[in-house]
Amino acid sequence: MITIAIGLSIVLLLVILFLLFRIGTLSSIFRGSSERAAGTTKVSNRVNSALLMLFLIGGSVAFIWSFVASWDTMNQPVASVHGEWTDSLFWTTMIVIGIVFALTQILLFYYSYKYQHQDNKRAYYYPHNNKVEIIWTMIPAIVMALLVFAGWKTWTKITSAAPESAVVVEVMGKQFNWMVRYPGPDGKLGVAKHTLIDATNEFGIDFSDKNSLDDFMPREIHVPKGRPVLLKIRSRDVIHSVFLPHFRLKMDAVPGMPTKFWFVPTKTTDEMRNETGNSDFTYELACTEVCGRGHFAMRFMLVVDEPEDYEAWLAGNKPFVEENPSVLAKFSTTAPKQLVLDTKADEKAEEVKTEL
Amino acid sequence: MSSTDISINHDVNHAHEEHDHHHDQNFIEKYIFSQDHKVIAKQFLFTGIAWAFIGGFLSVLFRLQLGWPEATFTFLEPILGGWVENGKLNPEFYLALVTMHGTIMVFFVLTAGLSGTFSNFLIPLQIGARDMASGFMNMLSYWIFFISSIILFTSLFLETGPAAGGWTVYPPLSALPQAIEGSKGGMTMWLISMALFIVSQLLGGVNYITTVINLRTKGMAMTKLPLTIWAFFLTAILGLLAFPVLFSAALLLIFDRSFGTSFFLSDIYIAGEALSNTGGSPILFQHLFWFLGHPEVYIVIMPAFGIVSEVIATNSRKPIFGYRAMIGSLIGISVLSFVVWAHHMFVTGMNPFLGSVFMFLTLIIAVPSAVKVFNWIATLWRGNIRFTSAMMFAVGFVSLFISGGLTGIILGNSALDIQLHDTYFVVAHFHLVMGAAAFFGMFAGVYHWFPKMFGRLMDDKLGFVHFWLTFVSVYLVFMPMHYIGIAGFPRRYYAWTGFEAFNIFSDMNTFISISAILGFTAQFVFLFNFIYSIFRGRRSSANPWHSNTLEWTTPVLPGHGNWPGEIPTVYRWPYDYSKPGAADDYIPQDVPFSKTQSSNLPQERDFE
Repeated sequence: MITIAIGLSIVLLLVILFLLFRIGTLSSIFRGSSERAAGTTKVSNRVNSALLMLFLIGGSVAFIWSFVASWDTMNQPVASVHGEWTDSLFWTTMIVIGIVFALTQILLFYYSYKYQHQDNKRAYYYPHNNKVEIIWTMIPAIVMALLVFAGWKTWTKITSAAPESAVVVEVMGKQFNWMVRYPGPDGKLGVAKHTLIDATNEFGIDFSDKNSLDDFMPREIHVPKGRPVLLKIRSRDVIHSVFLPHFRLKMDAVPGMPTKFWFVPTKTTDEMRNETGNSDFTYELACTEVCGRGHFAMRFMLVVDEPEDYEAWLAGNKPFVEENPSVLAKFSTTAPKQLVLDTKADEKAEEVKTEL
Repeated sequence: MSSTDISINHDVNHAHEEHDHHHDQNFIEKYIFSQDHKVIAKQFLFTGIAWAFIGGFLSVLFRLQLGWPEATFTFLEPILGGWVENGKLNPEFYLALVTMHGTIMVFFVLTAGLSGTFSNFLIPLQIGARDMASGFMNMLSYWIFFISSIILFTSLFLETGPAAGGWTVYPPLSALPQAIEGSKGGMTMWLISMALFIVSQLLGGVNYITTVINLRTKGMAMTKLPLTIWAFFLTAILGLLAFPVLFSAALLLIFDRSFGTSFFLSDIYIAGEALSNTGGSPILFQHLFWFLGHPEVYIVIMPAFGIVSEVIATNSRKPIFGYRAMIGSLIGISVLSFVVWAHHMFVTGMNPFLGSVFMFLTLIIAVPSAVKVFNWIATLWRGNIRFTSAMMFAVGFVSLFISGGLTGIILGNSALDIQLHDTYFVVAHFHLVMGAAAFFGMFAGVYHWFPKMFGRLMDDKLGFVHFWLTFVSVYLVFMPMHYIGIAGFPRRYYAWTGFEAFNIFSDMNTFISISAILGFTAQFVFLFNFIYSIFRGRRSSANPWHSNTLEWTTPVLPGHGNWPGEIPTVYRWPYDYSKPGAADDYIPQDVPFSKTQSSNLPQERDFE
């Protein structure tokens, strides 16, 4: 019943609109405005140009108001060294383009308003002016050059090689969650291969490689404040992308091509809780490359500790093999000599690929 | 080629008997398998409009989900059937919606619908030709596009759904049917459809280029071409160079999917088994895809540049400011568009040095774009502006192009792209600069050339209502998306509520969705106006806008061969508006200088 009522009222509304439209057309014929050249009708020219001005003013007010109102929400707190650089570069660029934005939009709407059609006037025949053209080609070129330079310097610093002392964490994406692996006390991650993956050994780690014996896989990432952290990123099925919004960090996880990104966290989780006034604050890791059904739910947690808390946390983690001794059984059967060769080959292959 | 020339001469010689000759053309030859460029243009336009409504409807569906993530959508069950599970949209179907919206809008509406319509319609009319160089190839171009459309449309009704890996179809997601339902039959049909689409584009493109180079009327030097033709010409060249690369990418993907090759696959463990593929690179696909994909956005926007330049000059009653600079910037953009593709890939693990190179090249492209904007504004300056519906959309275009283009300077900067890549900031950027802006260019074109297509005018009042509703809702949809993007909201998320960091701005998302629905509804005003005016619109005169270009020297409804008598000769450039000393404020291109002594500039005194 209600559906029919809604349907009927929509039909009625459309009929009324159509009649209004017909009346409008007929009255314009009656007034003789259809005799004039198209677009020179006084009323509609005035209305449209006034609306353009109104749009400029109303739009500016709405824009500024909504921008100010959303300022605190849109600026996620930043917690890494390079994040400070990119944030300041971002807002500097925003100011530059904001000026251009305001100038060009104001001129566009103002000229449209000011030079609306008048019967007694004629447009100014002004086909070109080479001097002006050169000036307004050069100015953007110079501004662009400055922005490129600033961007290039920042980019080079961010993508430079990670310091030797960096804490290494391997992050692996899979449908649909993240897994992480720490190299353990020896500081070296064991070799992994996708053919070795099974229900327990989800990384496909080759446990005949000695480096793997102290590797451990915690349920959340812990990193020490103020020390460089190198993320070694890979994927085992489709492309994912590691996104840590508070650290201004993003890097794709690509199957068959390990990637990396290093950063220095500047605020511990506790400090961030104080700063934001949110006692539940956690750093989150999200996926930003569409990867299937669960793309929107690939959440992983990251904790930034004071260095001493981090050491304590490290010590509290037991190697994976100790907790799952059964995984070793699979590797004892393979001939040791063969394995050594394999390992070497794999290591080399990875070496080449990680070279960014 | 030679046979085409003969038929053209044939038309010239028998021009007066034209009406008698065409009685033997039956309905099918005239309206369906027509070789007349004007009919083919209309076919592209109708198909493009149909696709635009489908693509727009899909976006309303996913905006419902994003605006009201907690709501139940049982009322959508009659249309979506099993894709609504217990009142919730299936997350994979959500991805399919996003994918199909992108594919439809970018390729089927803004490439085929825009270039297909206006290149076909305007090239012969504005350069003074009887038809395209090859009418037959032109017909094939449309019908192959039509088949490709049917295939893509059919894929919407597959049980496993249409392709769902994003319009960029990155493998391995798009290559492995285990990864997502949409990579089963839907992806196969997507690839076949796209391969046919490319064939259609190439047939069309070769034709446009050949026609512009060979069939210009007497006196129509390249430097006397309207900017529309320059834009269509360069667009066709871009398409001809870029689309084959997408074809190769699609072909290799077909091989990976169906014949066990490993071009894009390596070291994969999925659905409980390790695949044997090794040595491929998913990044290779991205390089191939974006080698087309980036020129593609210029293929979309350049015809709009041309249309807007023409509409602004005509309705400001002024010559376009800096005609040669406009051509130069079009050429600059065309060349640069081929060397910026990797700015879509700054965070794929590509060598950072390469990133710096692409950042540099990307930011250079801002210079010719800025020149174009300044020139449009300078054209408005001291004009005598007639606000027709087309002019409103042209002004709207410039505004949207500025708003969306400027954020490109941020995204092209690799250091800033780290945070913003694949967030709503990108969505806002490209929807403004190439989505909405190209649509506005298309609307400007439809309103402006409708009288030449159908012999009647579209209603201006409805045009204004359509413009204002659309213009306002475009800004209301995409401006707030910048805020959401700065906050880091990732694209292609079914819901953000799972993340603490993104559990904000939910009112803003509702607001965006309401605005999007408003914007979509406004398009029905256009649809009504369009259909109504074809049959009942006010009859147009031969040159309703007092324009200079050649198409307005044809009869109100040009027949086969466009000009009943001889093709006019061209003497001057197309922008002699408001020339001092002239009787009217426009002098068409076919008026010789000898007839306009009073307005000739000193250097033009001796011209013919």
